Amino acid sequence: MTLVCFLTTGLALLALPRGSLAEILQKPTAVTDLPSVHPAGDPMAFPGAEQSNLPVFAMNYTRIQVPFEITLWVLLASFAKIGFHIYHKVTFWVPESCLLISIGLMVGAIMHAVYEQPPAVLSYNIFFLYMLPPMVLESGYFMPTRPFFENIGTVLLFAVVGTLWNSIGVGVSLYAVCQIEALQVQDINLQENLLFASIISAVDPVAVLNVFEDVSVNEQLYIVVFGESLFSDAVTVVLYNMFTFIAGMPKVESVDVALGVARFFVVGLGGLVFGLVFGIVASFTTRFTSNVREIEPLFIFMYSYLAYLVAELFNISSIMAIVTCALTMKYYVEENVSQRSCTTIRHVIKMLGSIAETVIFFFLGVVTVTTEHEWNWGYILFTLLFAFLWRALGVLVLTQIINPFRTIPFNFKDQFILVYSGLRGAVTFALVFTLPDHIVRKKLFVTATICVIVFTVFIQGISIRPLLEFINVRRTNRNLKTINIEVHSRLMEHAVAGIEDLCGQWGHYYWKDKFMKVNNQFLRKILIKDNRAESSIVALYKKLELQNAMEILDTMSDSASVSPAIVSPHEEERRGSGKPNRRFVATDLRNMHDILSKNMYRIRQRSTAYTGKHSFPNDSRTKEILIRRHTTIRRSLRQGGFQGSGEAGYPKFFSLPTGQHLERAQGLRNRGNRPDETLSEVDYPSAHRSRIGQLSRSSSGAGLPLHRLDTLTEVSCSSIVDLIDERGGGRGRAGGRGKSRLNSSSSEPRVPAPRCRSDSPDGPGDRSAGGHGNRDTMPDEEEPLSQAVAGPEEPSDHGNSGTQNPLLRRPQWKPLKPKKP
Amino acid sequence: MGALQSLPDDPEYKYFARKTGFSFEQIGILHKRFKQLSHNEDKLRRDDFNTIPDLASNPLRSQIIEAFFDKRNFLKNCEGSVQEIGFEEFLVVMSHFRPPALNMTEEQREIVRRDKLRFLFNMHDTDNDGTITLEEYRHVVEELLSRSGSLGKETAKGIADAAMLEVASISMGHMEPDEFYEGITFEHFLKILKDLEIETRMTIRFLNLDPTLCK
Repeated sequence: MTLVCFLTTGLALLALPRGSLAEILQKPTAVTDLPSVHPAGDPMAFPGAEQSNLPVFAMNYTRIQVPFEITLWVLLASFAKIGFHIYHKVTFWVPESCLLISIGLMVGAIMHAVYEQPPAVLSYNIFFLYMLPPMVLESGYFMPTRPFFENIGTVLLFAVVGTLWNSIGVGVSLYAVCQIEALQVQDINLQENLLFASIISAVDPVAVLNVFEDVSVNEQLYIVVFGESLFSDAVTVVLYNMFTFIAGMPKVESVDVALGVARFFVVGLGGLVFGLVFGIVASFTTRFTSNVREIEPLFIFMYSYLAYLVAELFNISSIMAIVTCALTMKYYVEENVSQRSCTTIRHVIKMLGSIAETVIFFFLGVVTVTTEHEWNWGYILFTLLFAFLWRALGVLVLTQIINPFRTIPFNFKDQFILVYSGLRGAVTFALVFTLPDHIVRKKLFVTATICVIVFTVFIQGISIRPLLEFINVRRTNRNLKTINIEVHSRLMEHAVAGIEDLCGQWGHYYWKDKFMKVNNQFLRKILIKDNRAESSIVALYKKLELQNAMEILDTMSDSASVSPAIVSPHEEERRGSGKPNRRFVATDLRNMHDILSKNMYRIRQRSTAYTGKHSFPNDSRTKEILIRRHTTIRRSLRQGGFQGSGEAGYPKFFSLPTGQHLERAQGLRNRGNRPDETLSEVDYPSAHRSRIGQLSRSSSGAGLPLHRLDTLTEVSCSSIVDLIDERGGGRGRAGGRGKSRLNSSSSEPRVPAPRCRSDSPDGPGDRSAGGHGNRDTMPDEEEPLSQAVAGPEEPSDHGNSGTQNPLLRRPQWKPLKPKKP
Repeated sequence: MGALQSLPDDPEYKYFARKTGFSFEQIGILHKRFKQLSHNEDKLRRDDFNTIPDLASNPLRSQIIEAFFDKRNFLKNCEGSVQEIGFEEFLVVMSHFRPPALNMTEEQREIVRRDKLRFLFNMHDTDNDGTITLEEYRHVVEELLSRSGSLGKETAKGIADAAMLEVASISMGHMEPDEFYEGITFEHFLKILKDLEIETRMTIRFLNLDPTLCK
């Protein structure tokens, strides 16, 4: 209730005078007036305190009006988001943009009843200077780089040629339709039609991308749709500005057309150049920001925005500029800045982008209700028809052109999905809404655009998911998280590159190879600071979703979140003392992935986390703390294992509550494979299991440690140093620990954590059966610690001596264990 | 494409096309390349491969070259390696990298997958005993990392070991602690890589364009 009250008041205030807004921002001319707004809205709300005495209480609304209105709008839109994320099922079936529009409609209806004035938030300058940049920056920054460059030809073809095709096709055919007298729209001339067509040819398939993400549609399709939406915005804005200008000219000559074409290229390439320059400068700057961490993220935003503004200054494509800037600097910046800064950057970019878009959609709903419309059945229906038709044609024709050049051509299903994903969105609306007033039929255009948007967003947006399921489009499994797959995809890439060389043909790999050479020889040296201690870890975390780490984390994140603070000190300590310990999971795996991802032909994001506008990339970074925690846990676990007391000891460490957390966590976050995972683990061989568990996949194993962690922290702290050559330990102990792990893991799924942990008697029994006697003998926790301290060297030796291949041969280790106890 | 002249009529080309699935143009181009590599001989030798400059920086160079001389890759049920190969063998090996057809049934896709994976598997399995042993695996990983300098063999070993263990856990349901995992069989190999979209990724777009232009 209070919320509603608040909302209505907010709206009422928002609906207040807009003239002042423009004044304050000092962009008078360009502001587009809404038809129904009366220009000099007035402070009726607060007639002012004109008393001569010192006012005891005074209000000065005009002073705060602009920021106040904006804040309220944003807040309102955010509330809406919170609202419908409460029910996840709703957002599953209905795209968020639909919901936003719907809520906007409702709010608009309320406003309509109360004030009959639309709010004055959106004007040309506000949109282009403040709302568009974050939206585009968001797309550009989170663009999955590798797939993008692999498909860059297709993406650009669709974005540039496709958008041109749509604009011209739709524009010309609408112009033809306008000649029909029955429609009564003969006064719309060709330029205006083209302008309108260019506006509605900007695709914005946020909703579709979210669905793609969910059903993990094949990478090629995803990236083409993603890239197309991004660059078609750029093309559209260029066309928009051009046609707006042309539409204002009394007469268009053929020279102007030629100039228009020339301008198109100047604008596009100019944007590219500016973007590159600013991107490189930004990367270079971040080399030196290590001492001013607190403002580090600022550089990214400022440079991007600067690129945008400067491009705008010269009237070249600012979208191109900011996107290129983001793409260029992302790679280098993320290596340079600290972990935290990186997180901040991503969050802020995401937040701004998503808010800008939310507000626009919301606003669309409001405007739909509150403005006067000019409804012309013929024109609007033809618009819908042509928009769809020309897109379909465009996709079909362009695929025919591009298919021979693609390694994996688009089949018919892909093409259909491409056609169908041509949703129109926020940018389209904002563009049409900010049309200058000299366009006579602006109202009609607004109406028609809203129709197109609503139609595509609602009908296509909602139906795309069932449709995808139905036609069963090719999918890419993006959950590739095993070392083998990593190794083999590298292997395969090298083989492919080699064969390409053999054929003497230049493929993708050839260019990538060349680029990587230049990159490694020059760019990296210049742009990335040498001391990358911190950042390399960052890169690491980012790059891999360390399979097991991630899985583990997922399981545990719940409990882990309890006390990150506690963990980190340990982590630090571990690092400090690291040399000796460094082996197993943490470093080994890390190294492994690091190596795999950095030293080969391609830098690649293991499993590219695509993101929709409304969600964060599924990012290991956000889980950093968890990972750290996890490693600490491991360490502690290892100790336990070492001592052999591991099994016996476990129970004591466990605290019931954490156990519950775990259960819950597992239940809650059913990310992909978790369920099977736990199940399957049950029957894995103990020995292998254990090892592997540490290495790669023991979600359950990890789970176990976690519980312990909470209570254990102090212990691990003290003993960390000694702890272990982890790898060695891992191997050496594999047998024994494996046992314990296994058991624990197996028991976990079936039995609530508390049970197995709590009764130690139970545990030991199982484990001993599994097999290394030593463990059982250690009933108590204290002992283990000391032993753990002593233990480390031995195992490491064995572990390291690769030839004997400890992993595979359990028996050898037995000797080791005895020593520890 | 002048080089293609009347080649499509050549019965030999038809035979190649049927056997490998390449188009006549592609065969023509590859033939030119073959001639170029072999210095107009009919046979290719290892030395010819070694002279390719681009290949020199490829960490897998030796394996790739070896693959061309490995009988398993072009003859059924044979093993061992040969000293020189003719154009036919060259083509057949290349054909492992053909992109999949546009519309394939599931079975066809599976066949393509198996074929490509078999190629990779053979690359690992140097002694042709049907399993990839740990030693072999390590060797490959070492090669993979050989260009990255500083990282020693230790790391490679670590990775190989880890990977091996992973295979063991995935493929062998239950093992006794003292059991020993012999090596990766082809079946296991299929199993562990089943999520990898190999049929679309292990492909090369064979151009219909004269390779000499690119040299």
